[in-house]
Amino acid sequence: MELFNNLALGFGVAFTFQNLIYCFVGCLLGTLIGVLPGIGPVATIAMLLPATYALPPVAALIMLAGIYYGAQYGGSTTAILVNLPGESSSVVTVIDGYQMARKGRAGPALAAAGLGSFFAGCVGTLILAAFAPPLTEVAFKFGPAEYFSLMVLGLIGAVVLASGSLLKAVAMIVLGLLMGLVGTDVNSGVARFSFDIPELTDGIGFVTIAMGVFGYGEIIANLSRPDDEREVFTAKVEGLFPTKDDFKRMIPAVLRGTALGSALGILPGGGALLAAFAAYTLEKKTKLQPGEVPFGQGNIRGVASPEAANNAGAQTSFIPLLTLGIPPNAVMALMVGAMTIHNIQPGPQVMTSNPELFWGLIASMWIGNAMLIILNLPLIGIWIKLLTVPYRWLYPSIVLFCAVGVYSTNNNTFDIWMVGAFGLIGYIFYKLGTEPAPLLLGFILGPMMEENLRRALLLSRGDWSVFVTRPLSAGLLAAAALLLIIVLLPSVKNKREEAFVED
Amino acid sequence: MKIKSNKDFASGLMFMGVGIAFAWGATTYNVGTGARMGPGYFPLLLGILLALIGSVITFKALTVETADGDKIGKWAWKPLFFILAANFAFGILLGGLPSMGIPAMGLIVGIYALTFISSLAGNEFNAKGVFVLATVLAIGSYVAFVWALKLQFPVWPSFIAG
Repeated sequence: MELFNNLALGFGVAFTFQNLIYCFVGCLLGTLIGVLPGIGPVATIAMLLPATYALPPVAALIMLAGIYYGAQYGGSTTAILVNLPGESSSVVTVIDGYQMARKGRAGPALAAAGLGSFFAGCVGTLILAAFAPPLTEVAFKFGPAEYFSLMVLGLIGAVVLASGSLLKAVAMIVLGLLMGLVGTDVNSGVARFSFDIPELTDGIGFVTIAMGVFGYGEIIANLSRPDDEREVFTAKVEGLFPTKDDFKRMIPAVLRGTALGSALGILPGGGALLAAFAAYTLEKKTKLQPGEVPFGQGNIRGVASPEAANNAGAQTSFIPLLTLGIPPNAVMALMVGAMTIHNIQPGPQVMTSNPELFWGLIASMWIGNAMLIILNLPLIGIWIKLLTVPYRWLYPSIVLFCAVGVYSTNNNTFDIWMVGAFGLIGYIFYKLGTEPAPLLLGFILGPMMEENLRRALLLSRGDWSVFVTRPLSAGLLAAAALLLIIVLLPSVKNKREEAFVED
Repeated sequence: MKIKSNKDFASGLMFMGVGIAFAWGATTYNVGTGARMGPGYFPLLLGILLALIGSVITFKALTVETADGDKIGKWAWKPLFFILAANFAFGILLGGLPSMGIPAMGLIVGIYALTFISSLAGNEFNAKGVFVLATVLAIGSYVAFVWALKLQFPVWPSFIAG
C-alpha cells in the first residue's frame, strides 16, 4: 500500500524529537494566542511567523500547522466561554456553546468541541493523505490557462463566503492583486509602483500587510468600541466529561459534521467557515429526539457538529494548497508566504521534490490534533485564566509583537513604517465596512495570476479564447460563474445575508 | 441626490481612486499586447477593473435604499493616533534615523516607549501598571527574541554598545 508507505515516511519525519517539540510549541502558542480575545488566526499566524524563520523548513511548517490548529481550537474555547467567536469559523459554535456554558455545562461543551475536532482531524488527515497524490497527477496536466482559471475560481469561491457586500469583496480581491504586483516585474525587470524606494522593489512584504491590517487595524477598531461587560464563565467549568446521553447525541452529529466538512474543505474557497455553517444547518434540520434541548438553547449537537466540520474543513483545505499551490483562504495564503520564505515553491512538485516535507507535514497534522486534545482538556483552567487578562495589557503587547515581527523579517526599519501605514489602511477598511481577508488572498495570488495569464496568452498568441476552448479551463471558469450566479440569485442572496447576521 | 449608504459611497470612491491611480501608473510602463504582455499590461487591466467595480459600488450607494444610511460613524482618532505613534516611535528608537541624525537607541528603550505610548490609546492609564508591563515585555522579548531565537537586533543604545 503506497498510502501506508507514505504515511510511514511522514511519521518517521514527524516523530523525531525535535519536530515533536516544534509541533507541541506551535500548538501551545497557537492556543495561547487564539484564546486571547480579539486576535484571529490570521493575526496569530502572522505574529508568530517570525519565530519560525530560524528553523529548518520542515520544522517551521510543522510548527506553523500546529499554530493554525491551536488558533482554531482556541477560537472555539472563547466562543463557548465568552460568547465571542475568536474566528469566523466558530461563529456558529457560539450559538449553542455559550448557552450550554450559561447552563453550567461549559465542560461538556468544551469536551464535545475537542473530541469532535480530534475525530474530524483524524479523518481529514487520512483524506488528505489519500487524495493528495491523485490530485497532484491532475495538477501536472494543468497548463497556464487552467491555473489562471483555477485561481479565478478560488478567488470567486473565497468571496462568496465573505460576509457583507459581494461587490466590495471582489473589489478587495482586485486591490489585493494590484498590491501584489508592486515590485520588480520578473519578466522585464522593471520596478513597478515602487516610487524609487529601494525596499519597495522587492514588493510589499505580506507579513506587513497581514500584521498591519489584521493586527493594528483590529486593535484600533477594538479600542474604539466601548467596553461591553463580558460574562466569562470561569468558575463553573467542572465535570468536563459529557454524559452517556451526550455521547449518544454527539457521535452521529460528529460523523455528519466530519463528512460535510471534509467535502466542503476541498472546494477552493470553501474551507472551515462554510463547513461550520452547513453542518449547523444540517443539524437543525434533523429531528430532535425526545428530551433533547432545542437548538439555540444549548444543544450539544450544535457544538459538536460544526466544530467537527470546521476542523475537517481546515484539514482538507490543505489539499488545494499542497497539491496545486493555491491558497483557498487567508490563513493558507499566509502558509504560502511562509513556504516561500523557506524557499519552497508550493505546488504539485513539492510532493516529489520534498517528500519528507510533504508527508512529514501531513503526519504532524495528525500529531498536532492529538496534542491539542492532550493539551486543551487538562489545561482548560489555564486558558480560562487567560480570558480574564484585561485588554489594556494585551494590546500593547500585540503592538510590540507586530513591530518586532515585521522588523525581524528583513532587519529593516522600513517594514515598521509600512506596517504602520497598513494599520491606518486596515482601520479605514474597518470603518468603510470592507472585509480585508480577500485582500490578502488576492495579494498572494497576484504575481502567480499575472505569470499564468502571460504564459497562457503567449502560447495562444494573444487569443483570449484559450480560456474557454480548453475543456479543463472552461470547466473551472464555468464553475466560478455558477458560484457567482447562485450567490446572486435572490432567494440565496437573502439566505446568505441572513446567515451572516446574528442568528 | 442623496447618498443612501455612506460606507459604500466612500469605499466605492476609494476603489475608483485607487483603480485609476494604478491604471494611470501602469501606462507609464510598457503595456505591450496580449501575446507579448509588458509590465504594464496586467496592472492596467486590473486598475480599470477596480475603477469599474468602484463606480458600480458608488452608483449602488446612491440608489439602493438602506435602513439607517450606513453611517461611517466617528473616527477613533485617539487609538488611531497612539497606536500608530507607538509603532513609529518604536521604529525610530530601534533603528535610528540616520538621515536626520537620530542615533539608534535599541530594543529595550524602544519597548518602554512603545508600551507607554500605546497604553495612552486606552481609556485608563496607570503609569505604574504600564511600567510593570513594559518591564515584563522588555525582559520577555530579550529572552525570547535575542536569547532564544537569536534574531538580530540592536539591543542597547548605539553609543553604549558601540
